[in-house]
Parts: sequence; structure tokens; C-alpha cells
Amino acid sequence: MRIIVDTDKCEGHNRCYSLAPDLIDVDDYGYASAIGDGNVPPELADAARLAVDNCPEYAISIEE
Amino acid sequence: MTDTSDGLDFAAATTEPVEDWATDYDIFDPDYIADPFPIWDDLRGGCPVAHTDRWQGSWLPTKYDDVVALARMVPELSSTDPIVVKPPSDDTADANAYSTVNAPPISSDPPVHTWSRRLILPAFSPKATEAHEPFTRQLCQDLIAQFIDRGEVDAAGEYAQQIPPRVIAHLLGVDPERADDFVEWVNGVLGAGLSRPEVRTHYRGKIREFFMAEIADRKANPKDDLISELLAAEIDGEPVPDLHVAGTCNLLLVAGIDTTWSSIGAALWHLATHSDDRQLLVDDPSKLDNAIEELLRAYAPVTMARVVQEQTEFQGVTFEPGDKILMNFPGANRDPEAFENADVVDLERQRNRHVAFGVGIHRCAGSNLARLEMQVAIGEFLKAIPEFHLAEGANVTWAGGQVRGPRKLPIVF
Ligand code: HEM
Ligand code: SF4
Repeated sequence: MRIIVDTDKCEGHNRCYSLAPDLIDVDDYGYASAIGDGNVPPELADAARLAVDNCPEYAISIEE
Repeated sequence: MTDTSDGLDFAAATTEPVEDWATDYDIFDPDYIADPFPIWDDLRGGCPVAHTDRWQGSWLPTKYDDVVALARMVPELSSTDPIVVKPPSDDTADANAYSTVNAPPISSDPPVHTWSRRLILPAFSPKATEAHEPFTRQLCQDLIAQFIDRGEVDAAGEYAQQIPPRVIAHLLGVDPERADDFVEWVNGVLGAGLSRPEVRTHYRGKIREFFMAEIADRKANPKDDLISELLAAEIDGEPVPDLHVAGTCNLLLVAGIDTTWSSIGAALWHLATHSDDRQLLVDDPSKLDNAIEELLRAYAPVTMARVVQEQTEFQGVTFEPGDKILMNFPGANRDPEAFENADVVDLERQRNRHVAFGVGIHRCAGSNLARLEMQVAIGEFLKAIPEFHLAEGANVTWAGGQVRGPRKLPIVF
């Protein structure tokens, strides 16, 4: 599973960062990016889905 | 509140009763302020984009998808006049004062919006915001210590309202002892001032005067604070004009105070009237952060406006240039097509794309700070006072129109 942030859509709500801090990092302006290549270990799959389901900009997706 | 130190009338606006909400709604109607939810539900079913000629005229969308689409409609819709009721244009002296204190980035469109927002984002990033946690926590504990022995408190006036002005003062680097003044000024702009432009103009002038003096002071003695940072910033090699800095400080004061105190107050109102939810958070404080998101969804306080720039067809209605459109984020958050059991406040809700902080390019720049203040304010309150409820016969009063929240919230514990 991989988590992907569409940086064109991200407006920096930072919901993903607070729900999945092990998967998402934010820059100095609050814009999000996936940590590393976005690989989601099984124990973080729920956190990844929460990040998807709580981003008001629909900027996060998951590739199974 | 009618007697302010400046002798201006802060009484609520008087309104004619509303018979047809679809064609004649009134955002200052006492029923709309106290309980807008059934009104939005009715409109969504029949006329999802309502219209009124009251208060200089506006449109009110009520569906999530519509509000989000409208918030993204840039540049067709402009943010240059986010307040519904304008001051009379024949009043030249006041009109000047009004137009020179704008509030970038909330009152800007691209391209000015883009750089003026970028200017302040670093101060409000998640990491920068964490630095304000110890101050906020100490402040909440000190406030609670002042009333904990009394067994009763006005949780809006003596707690919720006291927190944001001091946090903003701390962040801007201005005197926190002026918190009472800030509250009066912000009330003058976003409370009574919403429906009384002459009151708003007066207090905007006071805020500008205050910040222009602070700016002069920082130029002589730079400090480690946000005002000094804004003054040191450069856009295309040029310093940011003083009036722009004053405008942004004005926005941070106004946008950071009324909104957050309304949200903290609404959250405490909910917990004072829903003992199961209160107990849930007392038993498991780790649920607090998620609960705050649900309380933000259910009681979103802020409705800003846009101005139509060119004729636009939208969901069967025609917006004409100059029309105002209300960004009804609170109504969107209650749309059953976007949220399961939208009318149920479920503190354990897992899928929550609420838009209490707006959506698109004007997403609340202070949302991380607002969340921190809410989490700390509610967390500390529950820790010190795990059991509380509304005082018997409590006269809870709400402010509303464009910022909704309780202004008097008598509780006992
Ligand atoms: C719970 C509290 C708050 C709520 C519900 C809230 C809500 C909002 C909303 C809905 C907008 C978008 C307005 C629009 O689309 O026109 C906004 C913008 C803004 N808010 Fe907040 N706000 C809160 C607290 C704060 C705080 C604490 C600050 C900072 C001190 C702040 C600063 C701003 C700024 C600077 C903007 C303009 C952003 C832009 O136009 O790019 N807000 N807020
Ligand atoms: S929640 Fe969405 S908009 Fe917010 S930071 Fe994450 S990706 Fe960006």
C-alpha cells in the first residue's frame, strides 16, 4: 500500500499530518507530502485511510 | 451589552419576522442565530441556494458540494468584501477609513492573496504552532483557578472569551493586559458591527491606530515577534507596506479571537448539555482531538461572503455582478449527502471532511492554532471540572450572523 499526496490540491489543512504523522510530513508552510516513497506498512493502514477520509481537499489517495 | 467605553450601541439588530426562508432569509433573525439547523435542512430539500433582499441582498447555499464549489470559484467570486453589510457609501470619511484597513489575505484575491498568505503561513504551520502550547495550557489553568472554588461560572464570558485574545497577543507580541480592549474591538467589528457598519468602521479605525503605533515601535526596537517578522519580510525585494502589515495584524486579531472563542464556547455548551459525551471524554481523554473535529463540524462558527465579479449561472440561479454569496460552511457541515447522520453529533465520527475552516485557497491560515486552543481549553476544563451542566433556568445567549457562538453560558459544577 502506498499513500500519495496531490500537492496541487493540498491547501494545508494538516488533518493528514495529525492523523498519520508516521506517513506524512509538512513543510514550513504547512503543505503535506508523503514520507519517503509513501510506503504504508500494514500496521499503519488504518491511519492512512483516516488521512484520506479527513482531507477536505480530497488531496490524499491510497494505491493498494 | 449597550454601554461600551466608546458609548456605541452594541444591541442586537432588530429584524422583521421571516415567513419564507427561501426568498427572504435573515441571518440576523433571532431564530436563525439560536437554531439555524432546521432552516438549512428545509432549504436543502427545496431551494438549496436561497436568496434575500435583506441586508443589501445575498445568496445562501446550503449543500456541501455547492458551498465547496463556490469557495473554489476564483476569480469569478471575489473575497474583497467578506462582510455582508457594507457601510453607507455616502459617508466619505468612514468609507475611507473602511477601505484603507483591509485585511489581507482574507480580503484579497490572487495575486495579492498568494503572497500575503505565504507571508503568514510559516507562523501558523503545525510545528510553529506547537510552540504556543505551554503558554496556552498555563493560561487555561490560571483562568480555571479563578473560578473553580465558586461552583459556577459563565463559561463563555469568563473562560472561552478570555483565551484567544491572550494567545493572539502572545503571538503578535502585544500587551496581553489589553485583552479586554481586544474583545471590545473585535465585538465592534464582528459582533454588533456585522449589522451596524458605523460601529464596525469605528472599531476598525481603533485597531488600525493601535497596530500603526505598534509598527512604529517595532521599527525602532525590533523584537522576536510576528509584527517584527512581517516588517522584516520582503516581497520582490521591497519591504511590505506598513498599511499591509497593519491590515494583516488586524485580520489576525479579528479572525483569531471571535471565531475561536465561539468554537470553545459552543464545545462547552455541547458538553454541558450532553452528559454522555462529556463522560466519554472524561473517561478517555485520547478521544479529545477527534471529538474537537466533530464539534467543529457540528457548530462551525464562520460564514464569510464573496462578491460576484461576472454573471454566473449556478444550480439554476443567476448571480449578477455585485451580488454577495455567503460561504455557508456551517450549513455544508450539516448536509446529509456529505455526512452520515449529519444531524447527530458523534464525537467518535471517523470520516469527517468538515469545512469549518473553509476550503480552497482561503483555508483558515490559523486552523492549527485554533485546534490547539480548542484542544487545550476543553482538555484542561474537563481535567479540572469533569462534571458540569447548565445552571437551572440558565439564560444562554448566542451571537450570530457571520460568526456564531454562545456569549453567555452559565454552568454549575
Ligand atoms: C475555531 C476557530 C476558527 C474558525 C472556525 C475559523 C474559520 C475560518 C474560515 C472559515 C476562513 C475562510 C474564510 C473564507 O473562505 O473567506 C478563515 C480564514 C482565516 N482565518 Fe480563521 N478561523 C478560526 C480561527 C483562526 C485563528 C486562531 C486565526 C489566527 C490567528 C485565524 C486566521 C485566519 C486567517 C489569516 C484567514 C485568512 C486566510 C486566507 O484568506 O488565505 N483563524 N478562518
Ligand atoms: S489534509 Fe489534505 S489539504 Fe490538509 S495537509 Fe493533508 S493533504 Fe493537505
